[in-house]
Amino acid sequence: VPARSMLLAGADERDLTKLAEYQAIGGYAQALRARAMTSDDLIAELQSATLRGRGGAGFPMGRKASLVDRKSPKPKYLVVNADESEPGAFKDREVMARAPHRLIEGCLIAAHAIESQEVFIYIRGEYLTEYEILARAAEQARKAGILGDVNITVYRGAGAYICGEETALLESLEGSRGQPRPRPPFPPVQGLYMSPTEINNVCTIATLPAILELGVEGFTSIGTPGSPGTVLFSVSGNVEKPGNYELELGTSMRELIYTHAGGIAGGRQLKAVIPGGSSVPALTPRQIDVPLDFDSIGAIGTFFGAASLIVVDDRCCMVQLALRSTKFYMHESCGKCTPCREGTRWIVQLLERIESGDATTADLELLRKVCDRIEGKSLCALGDFAVWPVQSYFDKWHDEWVAHVEQGSCPYGGESSIEGIFAPSDQHTHSPVATVPA
Amino acid sequence: VSTAEFDAKVRKLAAQFPDSKTAILPALRLAQEENGGWLDTESFERVGEALGLTPAYCQAVASFYDMFHFAPVGRHSIDVCTNLSCALSGAQEVVDAFESELGVAPGETTEDGEITLRTVECLGGCGYATVVSVDNRYRQFVKAQDVPSIVEDVRAG
Repeated sequence: VPARSMLLAGADERDLTKLAEYQAIGGYAQALRARAMTSDDLIAELQSATLRGRGGAGFPMGRKASLVDRKSPKPKYLVVNADESEPGAFKDREVMARAPHRLIEGCLIAAHAIESQEVFIYIRGEYLTEYEILARAAEQARKAGILGDVNITVYRGAGAYICGEETALLESLEGSRGQPRPRPPFPPVQGLYMSPTEINNVCTIATLPAILELGVEGFTSIGTPGSPGTVLFSVSGNVEKPGNYELELGTSMRELIYTHAGGIAGGRQLKAVIPGGSSVPALTPRQIDVPLDFDSIGAIGTFFGAASLIVVDDRCCMVQLALRSTKFYMHESCGKCTPCREGTRWIVQLLERIESGDATTADLELLRKVCDRIEGKSLCALGDFAVWPVQSYFDKWHDEWVAHVEQGSCPYGGESSIEGIFAPSDQHTHSPVATVPA
Repeated sequence: VSTAEFDAKVRKLAAQFPDSKTAILPALRLAQEENGGWLDTESFERVGEALGLTPAYCQAVASFYDMFHFAPVGRHSIDVCTNLSCALSGAQEVVDAFESELGVAPGETTEDGEITLRTVECLGGCGYATVVSVDNRYRQFVKAQDVPSIVEDVRAG
């Protein structure tokens, strides 16, 4: 494995959707090695590798596996979270499309560690092409006898951001509305069908073969001590070369944006970087000389999240950006907790008033208060995800918000900062008008 | 298809899972496909009957998800992502172009019943904006000038 390519190693040279091609580069050898180990030894190795979860929270994968109640008489489940829905994130999709067998091999390793024979890969419903590729790869592996006694089911979601939240995902997989569960109990103790369950992101699981191949020492020599390995960074927005870039953890954010992604498109100026997917606080241009790893990003008041950077140029109005972001979270709020369900609507109303120039200074204060009354007050993090961007745009680009009030209109002119970039509010329909039959 | 055939298909789906209730999403998807792309009262009854659930339960689950529809839709769907990265890359121009090409607003279906246009949330193609999902297959890097040929393709297919 070349140092900087684990997840997509070989995918540029070969068609790794084919089993034979994956095997030609040593594919499935690590699953065999894992199976030759006891689950205790394998978990110890994964813990030593200190692989941090790639889905957003960064929880050490090996530790999570160690928490699974393997002594339980119930079946143990491995669930792969392939519900990638965070705006800005498109890394899991590329891994599934181009290296599906690596994900499946990772599943076999993780399943062996937690003594599971049942694996579910929950893939978002919109990823139909990736579902087909993955299901075909799993079938090839099954026919070739590679899966052994492990059963892998690829299960399609049906369009709900919240199902990327692990307990909501379990609810959805069990055939209920995808609403998060109170915790504890945590999934390793009581997860799918009330049984011990390990849930990991696609990129986390797809990194496991590299850990076994390189060994703990080899793996932890890549990246930073607190965040070893590589990450597939999704870069989107106003850059010259948007796309996924697999880089060592600890690479500078400036290097990712200006070298790999080619800098700001059209020679314009950088205004903001949303570093972890749309749910996290944004950074100003002065803050981007930071190593891309969990701890360094956390130390400057935001989150590494899903390693998905949305780059915003100087044409953008931060109030409009906040409005578009909050409308998404309002739509995706599952409705279970009042602060999130009602609060996101309040924020949207306030932001619309501010953007249209009808707000007063009191409205700005109210907006900040409503944010504070949502943050930390719901079962899952969706409420936080709705307000963190708004709070950061409000605090860091405060003059712009005050200007909306003082000027009585958007300082970026007219309805929009870039002509027509943000759709009018009444356009966000998700399905034909919902006249639900009686 | 007949109720018996539908039941058989759904029971086969259900047999794959430790709990038959897990089959509700694939069963609803099947019911939607067989009902011209949307779910009506009878769809919930069929799914409920096949899985031993009430129609109300099936409707409650379906209504949680964006990919189920509860009113007639066109034979084809065009879903334009308008979330942050696509918006920053000009998604609104793409939406406007579809509106003028099709003569309908997002959420509406062309008069001939062929195409439903929607604006949708992030499709996970942010680096390849604007992403347009045509009958659940992604077109990427879509610009306003690509719209007429996409519509032509859809109408031909």
